[in-house]
Amino acid sequence: MSDVSRVPSGSTLEIHDLHVAVGDKEILRGVNLTVKAGETHAIMGPNGSGKSTLAYAIAGHPKYTITSGRVLLDGADLLEMTVDERARAGLFLAMQYPVEVPGVSVSNFLRTAVTSMRGEAPKLRQFAKDLKTGMDALSIDAAFAQRNLNEGFSGGEKKRHEILQLELLKPKIAVLDETDSGLDVDALRVVSEGINRFRSSGETGVLLITHYTRILRYVKPDFVHVFAAGRIVEQGGPELADKLEAEGYEAYTKASA
Amino acid sequence: MGLETKPLSTLHEKASYNVEDFAVPTGREEEWRFTPLSRLKGLHSGAATSGSVAVHVDAAPEVTVETVGRDDQRLGKAYVPADRVSAQAYAAFEKATVLTVAREVVASKPTVITFTGSGEGHAYGHTVVKLEPMAEAVVVLDHQGSAVYADNVEFVVGEGATLKVVSLQDWADDTVHVSHHHAQLAKDATFRSFVVTLGGDLVRLSPSVSYAGPGGDAELIGLYFVDAGQHLEHRLLVDHSQPNCKSNVAYKGALQGQDAHAVWIGDVIIRVEAEGTDTYELNRNLLLTDGARADSVPNLEILTGEVAGAGHASASGRLDDEHIFYLQARGIPFEDARRLVIRGFFAQLLEKIELPELRERVLAKVEAELEK
Repeated sequence: MSDVSRVPSGSTLEIHDLHVAVGDKEILRGVNLTVKAGETHAIMGPNGSGKSTLAYAIAGHPKYTITSGRVLLDGADLLEMTVDERARAGLFLAMQYPVEVPGVSVSNFLRTAVTSMRGEAPKLRQFAKDLKTGMDALSIDAAFAQRNLNEGFSGGEKKRHEILQLELLKPKIAVLDETDSGLDVDALRVVSEGINRFRSSGETGVLLITHYTRILRYVKPDFVHVFAAGRIVEQGGPELADKLEAEGYEAYTKASA
Repeated sequence: MGLETKPLSTLHEKASYNVEDFAVPTGREEEWRFTPLSRLKGLHSGAATSGSVAVHVDAAPEVTVETVGRDDQRLGKAYVPADRVSAQAYAAFEKATVLTVAREVVASKPTVITFTGSGEGHAYGHTVVKLEPMAEAVVVLDHQGSAVYADNVEFVVGEGATLKVVSLQDWADDTVHVSHHHAQLAKDATFRSFVVTLGGDLVRLSPSVSYAGPGGDAELIGLYFVDAGQHLEHRLLVDHSQPNCKSNVAYKGALQGQDAHAVWIGDVIIRVEAEGTDTYELNRNLLLTDGARADSVPNLEILTGEVAGAGHASASGRLDDEHIFYLQARGIPFEDARRLVIRGFFAQLLEKIELPELRERVLAKVEAELEK
């Protein structure tokens, strides 16, 4: 997968020595990571290690302050961009807890998002077709499009909806923040298939953040990084996930304490 | 009702047709403390009629429209003025408009009453909308132009009748409007009120509901958009004095700009005899900028233990950062995200306007406010 010739014009997300604070508290303490098109990176780590902070800081959530470091997408400085500019540059964050937005329907939201991403409104018929195809593939009921955004959605529905957006918006790099959490096996399989469709072109990169190894049986990573106390403490291939499955995070939490 | 069961609420205590029975308010009174009296242009202190508000009625063919003098016996039957300005309006109006829908008649289209301010002097008005038993009608009160205007509107809804009212306060920027809307519901009557207040320097609208028999059902919906310097005040009073009646109050407002001020008072009284009452009231304010202020005071006074349901909710806050972040994270620019969220905030209320052309007009007005 590190053979660059396979993806001649793919995108690259580079994270250099990233330090992030919430208020006065430093959460990320120097993260270095490069995700290239065609690669899937898994970030694993115990709760509170800063995995989600990494995801939200890259996406530009106002709660997180970047104290130093750089994040580049195809050489462009993401940290200089607003949240929506980052998304339009090709970054996507599938959220762990998608927020409910009252009075905004799923179909209106998706159409607005697609219009913003493409810079022009999609042809209605084509959009309706793409939406139906996407929803069918994720076993999402048609009535779902008329519901208010995330309002009253079950955990599984929220995650499927995140992946639906991933497939419709076609970003260059997708950051998936614990997309597997709270899913039963069937939902996990459906969601994993969506992620695999997204990365099948080989032109997109995936940064998959998870606490558990379960999803990695469906979405095979090329690289596994172990996160502890705000930085990456070990890296390896898929075999590292097997080791974590067997031994847990104890060795890393102790070492970083 | 005996003295020993008198509700504690003082708002309902005084009622008189005589303006002298009410002292000129000083601003210290509970019912006046939120209102900037200096901007009332004397409506509270006895300004004489010197201007006019033109009344034009475009009625459904089934609706009888009359312009009557002060001595008409149908005036002031359902409502007795409850404050100084209301009594002033009752004492000073010259002509009243009376709409009547006869027994079991269903009006085939909305009846639109347009009130147009001429831009000069003070004016007073009185309107009665009377639905006889089993009648059905939709009435739109459309307020436009520049005025200093105080009026009272009586909705008399007969047994089993259904009245739907939309009152649009779409005044020019300098208008001062103080108004009472009182609905009296007979047995099994249905009343739907949709209030939209957008324009005017100072608008103080007091919708109230009383029940003359059991089984009445009132829904009072309101939407307001307050700009810099505007004072938009809505004071609701639902007096449950009959068993097995329903009321639902839901007002939502957005505020933007320096000294934009919204006031919402929601009083619901459930008297001892009003067993089986089902009531809910809600007020939400969305503060879009610094310098705007919303006062929201729900007040639920329950004097019987035998209610079917009673509740209230009030919340005022800013746009939720998490909403905006989520939408922006999908590539939607901030301004578009903000518009989506605000439109969503009003969406559930707007759906309740059953007249599509009116809903479009209100939506367009709200959109225009958002562009400011």
